[in-house]
Amino acid sequence: MQVPPDRNHVPSVRPTRRNMLVAGAGLALAGPATAETLADIPDRAPGAPLSGHSERSSYVKLSRIPEAGPGMRHVDPADAINSKAPLQELVGTITPSDLHYERSHSGVPDIDPDVHRLLVHGQVERPLVLSLDDLKALPSITRTVFIECTGNGWENWKAADPTLTVQNTHGLVSNNEWTGVPLRILVDLVGRSSGSTWMLAEGGDGAGVARSIPLTDEIIDEAFVAYGQNGEPLRPAHGFPIRLVTPGLEGNLHIKWLRRLKFGDRPWMTRWETARYTQLQANGTARQFQLRMETNSVITSPSGTMKIKPGRNLIRGLAWSGHGRISRVEVSTDAATTWKECRLVGQALTKAQVRFELPWDWDGRPTKIVSRSTDDAGHIQPDRATLIAQTGTNALFHYNAQQTWSIDLSGEVHNVLD
Amino acid sequence: MSWINRSLALLALVFSVTGAQAQTVGRTPAAAEIAAWDIDVRPDGQGLPQGFGTVARGKTVYAENCEGCHGVGGIGGIKGGLVGGQGTLTSNHPIKSVGSFWPYSTTLFDYVRRAMPYPAPGSLSAADTYAVVAYILSLNGLLPANGRLDAKTLPKVRMPNRDGFRPDAEFSQGYIP
Repeated sequence: MQVPPDRNHVPSVRPTRRNMLVAGAGLALAGPATAETLADIPDRAPGAPLSGHSERSSYVKLSRIPEAGPGMRHVDPADAINSKAPLQELVGTITPSDLHYERSHSGVPDIDPDVHRLLVHGQVERPLVLSLDDLKALPSITRTVFIECTGNGWENWKAADPTLTVQNTHGLVSNNEWTGVPLRILVDLVGRSSGSTWMLAEGGDGAGVARSIPLTDEIIDEAFVAYGQNGEPLRPAHGFPIRLVTPGLEGNLHIKWLRRLKFGDRPWMTRWETARYTQLQANGTARQFQLRMETNSVITSPSGTMKIKPGRNLIRGLAWSGHGRISRVEVSTDAATTWKECRLVGQALTKAQVRFELPWDWDGRPTKIVSRSTDDAGHIQPDRATLIAQTGTNALFHYNAQQTWSIDLSGEVHNVLD
Repeated sequence: MSWINRSLALLALVFSVTGAQAQTVGRTPAAAEIAAWDIDVRPDGQGLPQGFGTVARGKTVYAENCEGCHGVGGIGGIKGGLVGGQGTLTSNHPIKSVGSFWPYSTTLFDYVRRAMPYPAPGSLSAADTYAVVAYILSLNGLLPANGRLDAKTLPKVRMPNRDGFRPDAEFSQGYIP
């Protein structure tokens, strides 16, 4: 194990001799839009008029990809069940709102906030109907957390399709800043009875997605009803005008288009906590209420379908844990034989994504690269063999095994199991 | 995590100071308003409406509302999940249908009432919801062809995979009675 690097120290970027040779070779292959010398750079000129809404550069192409389940890619958007975030194109830790992954069970409703209400009732002293304005009048919190679909990683349970990108394998997780009203405040407002230990959260979408949420101290302290996303009202795909946020727990619990919270003394056993979002084990029984998202990480560059050159490469990726804060990320560049600790970029927050980086000199020989994360509760992301030994290959959800990318002689990067 | 606790303590303080005003936040719903939205059904039958439905009526309701996606008799549609799959849960291709996987019959009523038929959720009457649930259970051999269901009998239909679930201790011990 290497001595842990100082996280505030940015490593120097002295080019290696091999790097310079590769850069030199690039000159001969110059394509149409390059700037070999500063004289090639176009003259300055007045630009486009200012506008009320700034768009991305026309040179930047970013897009989610709608998919329909493991192995069901390139589907008609009408048949898609989710849309994956382009992790390979993103930098830093905040997912742009329009690129945040989405799982919607009955499309995206077009809700006028003036005629949307939240009903809070059940085993409470004072049932309440709250408008968006009512919620905004209450004290708020702002917090950056990841939200992850429990299906993230599900492409690799049984086999590894070598044509997959990291968007295909891990695009069902995103990291946003959310603003809203703490659940604790709503619980106190309605006067929850001491016997109510569960809360049903229900959406205003066509499916009326509903989940039973156990009222642990952690959940009452940390959950909130969000109306803000990255500094603006929620996007419709993410629950406009309000959604539940339950930091660190299954994405499906973050009920979008929230319109009802009902308190009771036992779970309702909705379709989404029985037929779906339960994990079939090898012995044929299913794990239920496996609500916490596990310790996870993935190398986003270099990743599936990319091509690298020998010499200096910068390995980057994302790590997150529903247990707490990521305390360490290690990367192996020799197929999980030896590991090096990565630099965490910026501050790691609890139940949020953190970016990691590791400079690496590739010697041009075929190898495999893989990351593993550790959180401050001591959980270490398992290798695939360990996860499969525990659960079998039928669980469908909650796949958090270490992701391995193979690199062949030509520098092409492919998805492999391990 | 201490920063979260500190933040919440501070919020609670702010909130208690404004407590008098907070009491006026929102409004009290009328009982009829709550009843109209209170659609959830629990395994013990709490939440089931009055009325009843028969397998025979359910076959008609199914043909008119469900067959387009779920196929004739629950077979061959673009959306599966209604029948079959018994004995597959330990195979390499498990089929998780209502009959092979769902642990509670009440979940089927709850789901049909809140989410189906897909283009017009909530459009079936209580009687027709009981009927189509009865028909789907009959397709799985769990009700006879002359069967009928109401609020008393539906929770008593024991699903084949009732004992197939293991709740995680962290979120069930002390929480599931």
